Amino acid sequence: MKNLIEVQNIKKNYGKKEAVKGISFNVEEDEILGLLGPNGSGKTTTIGMLLGLLKPTSGQIFINNLKLEENRIQILEIINFISPYIELPKKLTVKQNLYVYSKLYKVKNIKERIEYLSEKLRIGELLNSITGELSSGQKNRVSLAKALVNEPKVLLLDEPTASLDPEVGDFVRTFLEDYKKEKKISILLASHNMNEVTRLCKSVLMMKNGEIIDQGKPEDLITKHGRTNLEEVFLKLSRSKSEYN
Amino acid sequence: MSITRIYGLFLRHFYLITRSFPRILDLVYWPSIQITLWGFISNFFASHTTYYNNAVGVILTCAILYDFLFRTSIGFNMLFLEEIWSRNFTNLFIAPMRIGEILTSLVITALIRSLIGLVPAILLTSPLFGISILDLGIFLFFLFLSLYIFGITLGILVSSGLLRFGPSFENIAWSTMFLLAPFGCIYYPIETLPEIFQKVAYVLPLVYIFEEARNILINQTVNIQNVYYAFMWNAFYFSLSIVLFYYSFNAAKNKGTLINMGE
Repeated sequence: MKNLIEVQNIKKNYGKKEAVKGISFNVEEDEILGLLGPNGSGKTTTIGMLLGLLKPTSGQIFINNLKLEENRIQILEIINFISPYIELPKKLTVKQNLYVYSKLYKVKNIKERIEYLSEKLRIGELLNSITGELSSGQKNRVSLAKALVNEPKVLLLDEPTASLDPEVGDFVRTFLEDYKKEKKISILLASHNMNEVTRLCKSVLMMKNGEIIDQGKPEDLITKHGRTNLEEVFLKLSRSKSEYN
Repeated sequence: MSITRIYGLFLRHFYLITRSFPRILDLVYWPSIQITLWGFISNFFASHTTYYNNAVGVILTCAILYDFLFRTSIGFNMLFLEEIWSRNFTNLFIAPMRIGEILTSLVITALIRSLIGLVPAILLTSPLFGISILDLGIFLFFLFLSLYIFGITLGILVSSGLLRFGPSFENIAWSTMFLLAPFGCIYYPIETLPEIFQKVAYVLPLVYIFEEARNILINQTVNIQNVYYAFMWNAFYFSLSIVLFYYSFNAAKNKGTLINMGE
């Protein structure tokens, strides 16, 4: 399988503070890789570097075999991102937002693309609604539609189901599974929901203090650490100061 | 009433102010700027009571020109701030847009916003005061163009600050125009300023624009040199603002401001 994301020994320092300490990993085509770790472990910084919003202090990132540093615009055309911490303009309607972003990503056949995403994400009835007046679950699906408007090959998800009720959360997970299967895209999923990670991810990276402290398939990590689920593995690794600090 | 809670809320704002240089600066310079500007205006009118004799139109024309500059600059800043307020900033910067495309789009949008405000103001002055800004003739276009470029330049400079320092720079965005107003010689000739202020004023395009507007309306003559100097300084500051914007964008990528647009 082809690697769509290749991260080679990237570091990020903020002054003397080392936020990410030389991590390397790959994400294959048609793979969802989980990025786990306690708050402040370097997940968001890593995602920021993959999006070109942050410049690594050292190391290299390749997306679809293109070096990010030199091909930022071409890479941004095939990548997208969703996070509960960023939103779409609140005063625009859903349709206007999707239209604007379709234009920014130079999407051809905008009408068909919006119709396709509206149907898949069940937002058809929301298209003429004001984005700021939507519920969290509705906003989440609209943000996901925006993130898929350019048919990305690489999707970065930062806690995509945070603050969603179980029904909407399950809908989003099922949608992501189906979409990945259908389009063979690569997904990097940062999440604190261990059930979600176990269900969606082929393999996971555990980060702590800016380092990758363990990695592998969820079931292998559970066996390796002698625990019954991924949450227990997460807790063990997060709390094990002596071994990793 | 709980003193502890009152003190707690006070601390919430106090910490915010003391951790942000732009916020401290904002507190200090507003009163200074207002006193300086109105001091010069008062001085001028006290000593030159006949300068604007029967020339209400001059003051009003300068007010409209200044407002156009103000609207252009604030309009540009507003477009940038809207993205921060709506938490859409990150979405914008992960879209495959070149910096030049973002700036061009904002420049065009700011022009349209300014014109929407300007046209009714021009139309109102004629029936209400019997004055038409069109009396400036063909040079009106050059004066407006010059003001527009400077307004955009200020907008880009402030946006660079927002990129570099984050939303705490927002207050500067609102007050840039007031900071420059005393040096712009909008309502009084440059000679009204103390010598040291005159030196500052001469390296700004504003003084040439407003001097020329008054020259055309009062003396009915055109001094091309004023228009030329205005464009020359505009070209300099505009180029500088573009360089600074790129620098700030790169600095923001190093500092992490693009993903942490909080307070």
